[in-house]
Amino acid sequence: MNNTQHKPGKLIFSFFPGCSLKASGHENTMSLLKFCQKVNVELKELDDWNCCGSSSAHSINHDIARHLPMRNISLVPRGVPLLIACPSCFIRMKSTYLSIKNSASLKKEYEEQWGQPFDEELEIIHFFEIFSRINIDDFIDNAQEKLKKLKVAPYYGCMLSMPPDLRFEKSYYGVMEQTLGQLGADMVPFGYGTQCCGTYLSVAKPALAQTVVNKIVSGAMEAGAECMVTACAMCHLNLEIRCTIKNPIPTLHFSELLSLALGEEDQKKWFPRHIVDPRPLLKKKGLIAS
Amino acid sequence: MIKLDPPSDGLSNEIKERSGINFNACMHCKTCANCCPFLEGMDFAPNAVLRLVQLGQEKTALECSTIWICVGCNTCCSFCPMAIDIPAVMDGLRHKAIETGAKIAEPDVLSFHNEVLNTVKKYGRTHKLEIMMRYKLKKMNLLDDMGLGLTMLKKRKLDLTPSKVKDKKAIGKIFKNE
Repeated sequence: MNNTQHKPGKLIFSFFPGCSLKASGHENTMSLLKFCQKVNVELKELDDWNCCGSSSAHSINHDIARHLPMRNISLVPRGVPLLIACPSCFIRMKSTYLSIKNSASLKKEYEEQWGQPFDEELEIIHFFEIFSRINIDDFIDNAQEKLKKLKVAPYYGCMLSMPPDLRFEKSYYGVMEQTLGQLGADMVPFGYGTQCCGTYLSVAKPALAQTVVNKIVSGAMEAGAECMVTACAMCHLNLEIRCTIKNPIPTLHFSELLSLALGEEDQKKWFPRHIVDPRPLLKKKGLIAS
Repeated sequence: MIKLDPPSDGLSNEIKERSGINFNACMHCKTCANCCPFLEGMDFAPNAVLRLVQLGQEKTALECSTIWICVGCNTCCSFCPMAIDIPAVMDGLRHKAIETGAKIAEPDVLSFHNEVLNTVKKYGRTHKLEIMMRYKLKKMNLLDDMGLGLTMLKKRKLDLTPSKVKDKKAIGKIFKNE
């Protein structure tokens, strides 16, 4: 990349936070930004980005579902890869991008609507791609000692499931196990780690979402996990608000555990925002000061 | 053998065109049904919906709950041995159901989607608090989940004011036909 010449090793991305991170998962965003600073990754928020359309646009309106991601694509500065933190936004944006790329008529529509040539070279990546490009060990000494054998169940939700038009995308299966394991966590495999959290059914069909969420959380507890970790702000919210199990284990954002392991002190701003308070567990494990 | 009289591939062709998906490759292995996390909330398994469409059973297909319960988590289509984008077919069926005024099996789901798009139209981004309030008002059950709503406000999971796109004109262009 040309723009890394001045600061050797620095990775620079346009950053698409998406509505879930921007407006409810603040602790996810804050810890993600802190983590990126620590590992010499610069995220420049995409100026004036809009909602990707989420589940609702493609569910009920085909045109809007196409045009919302199109505008975002048109905003990305040339030569800078676009990094997306939310798995669902990533699918919407990448899928739209590829469909424009493969269709002359969509390209024409895009260029007429947004008044600029389509960027054939734009790279759209999910946050997990960072771990193929950096090595955490370069930024921390004694990585293995950081998470003190915290027993963590990795929950990916639907993020590893790709629709057929994205089936040649890289799979990030195992990234959380690999990375957190490298930082000294004791990763606990369990049966529901790739089962969808129910997304908006937690609003429209709460009883159904509750059944699914309880299955996921109790699965992790039965496997012996002390906490769960999620890679999606929406999953995190659902696991917290729709779990009716007595004394459930807390759920942390992947970015929170990463930042914590790298010695970030800002956690006072993140953990009070959790509905299931992770602080008693983290104190017990000696991961935060009591 | 079931003989269809008159033979009807009209619906099948229409949904194929709307979704861009050739679901006639489906061999009804039921992988989708077995891996769907929400099967118990559906009246027809996902492959059965494809079958209804193949057989031209328009009313049943458009009025089933499955097309609304499917959240598009892509579990089915990432496991489908024929790589059929089943959630995209569900999208096509939902769009047709709305356009033709079919009876909506899960009106709450549709109402939620409408509220989400309302806030995106207004602000360019979703605004959770407004979505929830309007959704609950329409359902006339503000009290349901009230405790949860308060907890979410206390934990600052619901921003009071919306995050907005500056270029309102651009958003207007996207929603010009709405």
